[in-house]
Amino acid sequence: MNDTVNLSTDAPLIEVRDLVKHFGPVVALNGVSMKVRKGEVLCLLGDNGAGKSTLIKTLSGVHKPTSGSFLVDGRPVSFSTPRDALDAGIATVYQDLAMVPLTSIARNFFMGREPMRGVGPFKVLDLAFAERVAREEMKKIGIDVRDPSQAVGTLSGGERQCVAIARAVYFGAKVLILDEPTSALGVAQTSMVLNYVNQVRARGLGVIFITHNVRHAYAVGNTFTVLNRGRTLGTYEKAAIGIEELQNLMAGDKELQLLSDDLGGMV
Amino acid sequence: MAENPTVAAAGRPADERLQKQSGLRKLLSRPELGAIAGTVLVFLFFGATAHGTGMFAADGIMNWITVTAQLTIIATGAALLMVGGEFDLSVGSMIGFAGMMIAIPTVYFGWPVEISVVFAFCGALLIGFLNGLIVVRTRLPSFIVTLASLYILRGMTIALSILFANRTIVSGVKNFAGDSFVVPLFSGKAFPGLFVWMAEAGIIGTLPNGQPSVQGIPAVVIWAFVIALVGHIVLTRTRFGNWIFGAGGDANAARNVGVPVARVKITLFMVTAFCATVYATCQVMEFGSAAADRGVLKEFEAIIAAVIGGCLLTGGYGSVVGAFFGALIFGVVQMGILFTGAPNDWFQVFLGLMLLTAVLFNSYIRRRATGER
Repeated sequence: MNDTVNLSTDAPLIEVRDLVKHFGPVVALNGVSMKVRKGEVLCLLGDNGAGKSTLIKTLSGVHKPTSGSFLVDGRPVSFSTPRDALDAGIATVYQDLAMVPLTSIARNFFMGREPMRGVGPFKVLDLAFAERVAREEMKKIGIDVRDPSQAVGTLSGGERQCVAIARAVYFGAKVLILDEPTSALGVAQTSMVLNYVNQVRARGLGVIFITHNVRHAYAVGNTFTVLNRGRTLGTYEKAAIGIEELQNLMAGDKELQLLSDDLGGMV
Repeated sequence: MAENPTVAAAGRPADERLQKQSGLRKLLSRPELGAIAGTVLVFLFFGATAHGTGMFAADGIMNWITVTAQLTIIATGAALLMVGGEFDLSVGSMIGFAGMMIAIPTVYFGWPVEISVVFAFCGALLIGFLNGLIVVRTRLPSFIVTLASLYILRGMTIALSILFANRTIVSGVKNFAGDSFVVPLFSGKAFPGLFVWMAEAGIIGTLPNGQPSVQGIPAVVIWAFVIALVGHIVLTRTRFGNWIFGAGGDANAARNVGVPVARVKITLFMVTAFCATVYATCQVMEFGSAAADRGVLKEFEAIIAAVIGGCLLTGGYGSVVGAFFGALIFGVVQMGILFTGAPNDWFQVFLGLMLLTAVLFNSYIRRRATGER
């Protein structure tokens, strides 16, 4: 599934160095460094409390870093709102906060960026266009919605994630941040989402894939960055690390590793 | 792209099961379906029982159309706000208070009536803005915030009425209004010529004095039509309408894609206040007075019409067309019970049962629409 990637040699799409974020006395990030290039899936691994969500919220413009550098296309940036991050081509797809379930697929697809037709004050929604585009974009990823006016709630969890990703791609995202996109999904749904992530990568986007499931990460990832207690433990190319080692790194301390071994290494 | 066949395979089987019932699902997922079915039933019922009572003569028809129109005005605002995920319980009190904001300056301050009307609209929009701002900022349920407004506004309405008029009604607006254009704008009758012609042609009846039994279409009906039409277009055909669905369906998801949820909700509270003020102005111009008890319980009637019309209490789903049909059911039943001579007390029993049926039906529809089982 992961054929050799065309890692481009120019500046990474996103790079952070020694990122630090304090919330009052709490040190959420204590020197995180990572980068993601075009056509690369970077998996961000870490247990609860490792700082994964603080890191993505910083990358997506929700939080401002306390110190450290944040480069997009090699240039330092400072986002004050999520909108700034979106404008810079960084789109974040949150686990279950991406779609409005009772609203139609087409309306969801264009939520916040509605296509309009008509002139002056008489502009109306171009629903025909919205439905056509939503349908075409879904078809490209192999989900055949014959009726884009059906509610998003009728889609499965995996399909919803795919719509959210397709939407970000359609609106020109260069970097996708996926916040645990597979954590609530079954096996078939998970493979659908992972497949699509792989497709998006093949089109030259950079993907930051947050998960605590090492196997999902290993299925699509090119590089792996492990976070622990607000620090990066290290970044590894896929060729340089096996799934077992990755699991052990994530588990962090010895006792958990032992426990995991007792369970047959299946955690 | 589209080069990856394996994804297609993964997405396929679940899809095919859904497609089979697509036609039925599409029909059932219309929010106004229940209200339209209810309207047909109600008309069949009164068509049979109220036959020959004058309910379906011209003046009888105008009678229940007027009741429907009054409710449609406030139900449109209530429906938009409910789709946006909030309630406004202060609608009824706002009707009373807006009436006072017109009558007191006109009668006691000597303001021209047009200025008083503009003042009432500005005041109401400000109160709607404050309702919305408090709800958005404090994140308290709008139910509680507007329940407070319900009492504050009703209390102020009574207190100001007593203060100025020494009783709970401020009358004499007509004497001060004179021939101002706002009187026909809010209480006139449209197309009188048409009705004179229809009476002469024998299509509608005439009164003993030779006038047609209906002199024209009341202004409140025209207002209701315009407000419902604009509300429907805004909800289904504009960017703002899409944001209403987003804000009510899942405020966080909408915010994540850049919808200004707070602005949408505050605007909707201002819309309900605006609708209440149109209602109030029509009444003040019709009766020439503002009474402290005007609009009592109207907030519930507006919400009932919206719910019968398919709006979900949880937001994100509903329609203005449905709210209109909800108001129509309300108007026809209320007047139909009068015409058939059934004791009026039964109206409330019917209303309660209707509401319960509608809510059950709506939650069933929602499960169908979203595929929950």
